[in-house]
Amino acid sequence: MGDKSARIAVLSGKGGAGKTLVSVNLAFLSGESVYIDCDVEDPNGHLFFKPDEVSKEAVTVKIPVVDESLCNGCRTCVDFCKFDALAFIKNRPYVFENICHSCGGCALLCPEKAIWEKDKVIGEVQSGVSHDVIVSTGIMNIGEASGVPIVKHLLNKDVPKDLPVFIDCPPGSSCIVMESIRDVGFCILVAEPTIFGVHNLSMVYDLVKLFAKPHGVVINKCLFGKNPAEEFCIEKNIPILGGIPFDPELGALNSDAKIAARESERFRELFGSLLETVMKEVRHETTVDS
Amino acid sequence: MKQLLILSGKGGTGKTTIASAFIALSDAKAYADCDVDAPNLHLIMAQDLEPERTDYYGMPKAEIDTDKCTECGLCKETCRFDAISKDENFTVDFFACEGCGVCEAICPANAISLKPTVSGELMLYVDSDRVFSTAQLRMGSGNSGLLVTEVKKRMKTAARPDADLAIIDGSPGIGCPVIASISGVDMVLVVAEPSVSGISDMERIIKTAETFHTKICVCINKHDINPANTGRIEEFCRERGLPLAGKIPFDPEAVTAVNNGQTIVDIDCPSGSAVKEVFRNTMELLFA
Amino acid sequence: MKVAIPVDERHLESSVCLSFGRAPYFLFYDTTTKETYYLDNSAIENPSGAGIKAAQIIVDHGAKALLTPRCGENAQEVLRKSEVLVYQSIPGTVKENIDAFEAGKLTLLSDFHSGAGRHGR
Repeated sequence: MGDKSARIAVLSGKGGAGKTLVSVNLAFLSGESVYIDCDVEDPNGHLFFKPDEVSKEAVTVKIPVVDESLCNGCRTCVDFCKFDALAFIKNRPYVFENICHSCGGCALLCPEKAIWEKDKVIGEVQSGVSHDVIVSTGIMNIGEASGVPIVKHLLNKDVPKDLPVFIDCPPGSSCIVMESIRDVGFCILVAEPTIFGVHNLSMVYDLVKLFAKPHGVVINKCLFGKNPAEEFCIEKNIPILGGIPFDPELGALNSDAKIAARESERFRELFGSLLETVMKEVRHETTVDS
Repeated sequence: MKQLLILSGKGGTGKTTIASAFIALSDAKAYADCDVDAPNLHLIMAQDLEPERTDYYGMPKAEIDTDKCTECGLCKETCRFDAISKDENFTVDFFACEGCGVCEAICPANAISLKPTVSGELMLYVDSDRVFSTAQLRMGSGNSGLLVTEVKKRMKTAARPDADLAIIDGSPGIGCPVIASISGVDMVLVVAEPSVSGISDMERIIKTAETFHTKICVCINKHDINPANTGRIEEFCRERGLPLAGKIPFDPEAVTAVNNGQTIVDIDCPSGSAVKEVFRNTMELLFA
Repeated sequence: MKVAIPVDERHLESSVCLSFGRAPYFLFYDTTTKETYYLDNSAIENPSGAGIKAAQIIVDHGAKALLTPRCGENAQEVLRKSEVLVYQSIPGTVKENIDAFEAGKLTLLSDFHSGAGRHGR
């Protein structure tokens, strides 16, 4: 199916625009491909794929542990911590593991060398296969400070080199999104055809421009009438890769976690055509770059 | 002044559409948008106005003074976030830097310092008798409970003493910004969406809101896209003793209204009629 | 003993602040000497997780009781381990709360909400 080494991220400014819908269906139709779910706080893709023989790997971060026998109560660590993850209780530091950002500062700066670091599990990466798609999902445990280490782990996993990769990103434009798109070759921005959608689109648009990522837009839940998202793209000269109509059947399939392109010929055609357009853009971009 | 907060666990459920309808129906004199990552309320409520803008300073980030830098590379080696790299000079990646201060502490040449950074912007719209407080967090910024608190505080301070109702459009999720938005409100309206992920997010937000002992009610948006799931939500509310303020159907005309900068009660449409019922029930509970 | 209360304004007729971590000021009141003093809450500047820092301030000032309408679980952890009792404040002024506390009329706070640290979106 064209450039096999395509690494494509799917983003949106806000939740609910259709990232998972697009990334799941495109991966499914690509046959042998890789689907990576970086939305670690709320991963949904695996609900659609239901992969078999799921293997799990824990993701850990380093958390400080205070050796009370060596600690002299100087409070250097407590006063240093920029995140207030250390409190000083009964003359000893107390670590709030869920607030800690694992910077290693307290251990490094302790004058008595009383702090060492343990590995703490903050989540896991699950991998399995479904319909020829390698499904890789990052899941963050409730209450943890940051999902970035999980995304790093996910994206460092070895995948067969000649398969297209679809990365389902977290919504927004925060640091975890930036981490998710770091090494991609192309970004699909999913937007809704409302003034809200345009506002949210412009944020991820700024992000992909900042990172100089080739990109294109898919407009989801299209209806008749004014389409501010389309107008925005035309104005900014952003390629429109395709539109997905608002369709109650699609909504129903999606809300039941069914892969639309598998359940219905109509959607198979729709997403198939979108996939073709995306791959053409990706190939065009790669040719332009080389 | 009674404060009503509108929340959902998940993004895209229709909080802003419903919040704007409520503002129109109640003629509320004070409102705020606490979804500082992706604020949308101003697109309906304040299109033609110019707000008072204030910079918001978030987590300070590291900056390397290249004049003092001896290029020993210790900072790059020690940084846990891969935020320091060397091209021509050693530089800090603004977006990767988490402001932990380790590099500043260990630099042998004292060449690194943490500097306050503008990580967002606060906006206050003041009209003859109403105030609207909102903010936008810059991209790459982390969580911000402080910014949300600031948005609410400004709304309260600027509101006229005779304002009896404030409507707050909340942020998605259940983390620190949401906690900051729930703090001090009189009632939370949870907007639920009948999808598998929407239901689990709704359950989490309700559990979080319950620990605040504020009044809670639930409404179901786009209920007809999946009647079975809608039934599940209704069952959940019944079991937990949560009042259901009403149901709103999916309505393409809602999109048209919003795209024209109008609320769904400014035009004649099914979602507009349904939201009036939800509004009536919510107000009854709030002022009971 | 010393009692701490998050307050909106620096006087006894002030209302108790609805937020603990982001209260503008803390009042410290000594039940023995009847002395009071106010402190600006430096935790208010925290982008997130103000509760722990606020609790630390209470502990560092030697308070043995905190009167507050609500408290996050992280802050509560600091207070509990430092043996500071957390009481549910009543609607009304600071003075009314102090009087109620001294008359033994306040109950301990039992429900703590989740605080900073990601909890899913």
